[in-house]
Amino acid sequence: MTITKTEAVESTSTRTRSLSRTLGRVAEALCTPLVPADYLDLVAPMRPGARRAKVVAVRPETARATTLVLRPAFRWPGHRPGEDLRLGVDVDGVRLWRSYSLTGPQRADGTLTVTVGALDGGAVSSHLQSVRAGALVEVDGPDGVFTLPDAAPAKTLFVTAGTGLTPVIGMLRTRLADLPDVVLVHSARTADDVMFAEELRDWAAQGRLRLVERHTATAGRLTAADLADLVPDVAERETWACGPNGLLDEIAAAAEAQGWTQRLHTERFRPVLVEPGTGGTVTYGRAGVTLEADGATTLLAAGEAGGVLLPSGCRMGICFQCVVPLTEGAVRDVRNGVVTTATAEDPALVQTCISAAAGPCSLDV
Amino acid sequence: MTAIQHKPVSPVAHLTPEDVEELGRLLDEIREEVVSSRGARDAEYIRKVIKTQRRLELGSRAVLLASLFPPAWVVGTIGLSIAKILENMEIGHNVMHGQWDWMRDPKIHSTTWEWDNVTPSEHWKHSHNELHHTWTNVLGKDNDLGYGIMRVDEDQPWSPALLGQPFYNFLNMLVFEYGIAAYDLELFALGKASPEKKAATWAKGKQVLRKVRKQVLRDYVLHPALSGPSFVPTLAANAVANLVRNVWTHSVIMCGHFPSGVETFTRMSIECETRGEWYLRQMLGSANITGGKFMHVMTGNLSYQIEHHLYPDLPSNRYAEVAPRVQELFERYGLTYVSGPLPKQVASAWWKVIRLSMPTKADLDKRKARKARRATGRRPAVPAQQQQQETVLEPVA
Repeated sequence: MTITKTEAVESTSTRTRSLSRTLGRVAEALCTPLVPADYLDLVAPMRPGARRAKVVAVRPETARATTLVLRPAFRWPGHRPGEDLRLGVDVDGVRLWRSYSLTGPQRADGTLTVTVGALDGGAVSSHLQSVRAGALVEVDGPDGVFTLPDAAPAKTLFVTAGTGLTPVIGMLRTRLADLPDVVLVHSARTADDVMFAEELRDWAAQGRLRLVERHTATAGRLTAADLADLVPDVAERETWACGPNGLLDEIAAAAEAQGWTQRLHTERFRPVLVEPGTGGTVTYGRAGVTLEADGATTLLAAGEAGGVLLPSGCRMGICFQCVVPLTEGAVRDVRNGVVTTATAEDPALVQTCISAAAGPCSLDV
Repeated sequence: MTAIQHKPVSPVAHLTPEDVEELGRLLDEIREEVVSSRGARDAEYIRKVIKTQRRLELGSRAVLLASLFPPAWVVGTIGLSIAKILENMEIGHNVMHGQWDWMRDPKIHSTTWEWDNVTPSEHWKHSHNELHHTWTNVLGKDNDLGYGIMRVDEDQPWSPALLGQPFYNFLNMLVFEYGIAAYDLELFALGKASPEKKAATWAKGKQVLRKVRKQVLRDYVLHPALSGPSFVPTLAANAVANLVRNVWTHSVIMCGHFPSGVETFTRMSIECETRGEWYLRQMLGSANITGGKFMHVMTGNLSYQIEHHLYPDLPSNRYAEVAPRVQELFERYGLTYVSGPLPKQVASAWWKVIRLSMPTKADLDKRKARKARRATGRRPAVPAQQQQQETVLEPVA
């Protein structure tokens, strides 16, 4: 049998692969019950492949927003403009995850950028305002559905407010050249609070887009009526809007009334916060059971009464056998009233035997 | 010790039910203070311990590559022994208790931690967290009282097989991790188990065997093989490190509930137990070990057994901080805070194991009565006074 050159190369690469697999298995067996990564994290937390990134530069964007330049340790799979990066940071000892829009394409040096606004009371955003170059953060992503289609729309409108500009700047930095007709209506408190101001104003001066800045401290909040005045052909435009919930709700209502809902794409940058109350609708996701529970009934007791098979142990909060993921919503510890909240981007693990619903909540069980 | 309800003078006779509830409230207050102040300092502590443990383990294993050279063998073996003890005690045991779950770090979480021990974490969490910590020192419920094979309380019935218990206990100490695995499988109660229970035990047994295979392959094949000409000394070093860990953990755990002064409880006494009464049982059912900082870390802070039993899910670095306040509550409520240095507590626990292996005259009489009862199939009438003591919860109004 003759072996062609390609086959020989292939069989060598198969051998290399199987050798590295065997070595990998031996390394795992040497490290059990840990995994090699646990030891490698000690000496090389930024080794290739680790799901982390190093903050290589921090720049103030405005008085209330900071841009982080991040170098991921793993091969970045690429992202569509508008997509998010999930960042995990330890705030006072607790690992919290939040999504931030990527504000541009990956740069030649492999770095990615996000811009973080200081949300009032936002634990992660406040923490990231003071992060220093050299810090390591946990990273996941990209994901998100607030993106531009491959085929450029003939007419495009972006409506943004505050940090709602961050996914849109990512779209503009990547795709402005192929978008023939772009209007950007951006709201910020003052002219100084406009992020990426110089870049946007330059583009406007060059006639590459029409920029409408709305400074709410002097001109007041943008309304749907204002938008119709500022952009008379709004109904003909493919529109991407990102900002506070109030603005988005208003635009959505106007789109509905004027019949351009299909052209409207929105992204909420503040999650719809659950105001912790007492009791609520509990969804046991995988079991497919939804039921109403009061604030005095534990998620374990309520689920069992509803026929859900749940793990449990001591039933008094000490053995941690009943821990399951809370994927969304708020629960209250019945022993001390402490509320734990979770969102899709930052789920939490909760003990069902001592947690009661504090509003609508979903469990992955 | 004798179950608290069978003692002529109960150590809690002076407490009213209101006292017990107030005590529970005060203990809850301490708990709340710790919970609300958990933060970066605590996270830093556990990460530092984990980092130190892993460095020590890696370093010791590296030194053992040259274990043919006797000083390297000694240094590597000591290091590996300490690393294994730290992993099992201050890290594994406490992480599996959920003490660090609040950090939301999936790498340091009760649901994901697998420890360096032949018992799978899942089994341990069931038998230890759920059974032992809920039913602490309740006769017939808490298998940690003698691990189901020993008599460590006067109220446990004596049988001739128990004459050998000092010897079993010694053997168990040497192979303690396997003892725990057998205990978690409830192998010693298998004779009386239902067919379903037996099938479940077999399934769990296979999980144990899988874990044993991995542990053995690592300690006795792969690391020795990496050492090349030092194969045999490295194998011996691993065996010694496992042995040292076994002896140490066995000793520490014996000190938790066996020393004299620790109380036990009857099954009936804990029916409808309130939060305050549960706390009280934990206070009376545990014993501390006194010593220096290194000793506390090496015991996984189980030297603060009383605080650990009151608050099994609070970070272990906080036990030392709350201990003076807990002790003050013992004094205020006229309770005995059982505590002593390690050698004294180990000796006390061993003495109990030896003493109770031998029957007293009363034990022999009881045994005779039990046999007679079994022969006639009738229960003798229980004296009215004892019956009442059994049902009344410890506090007396």
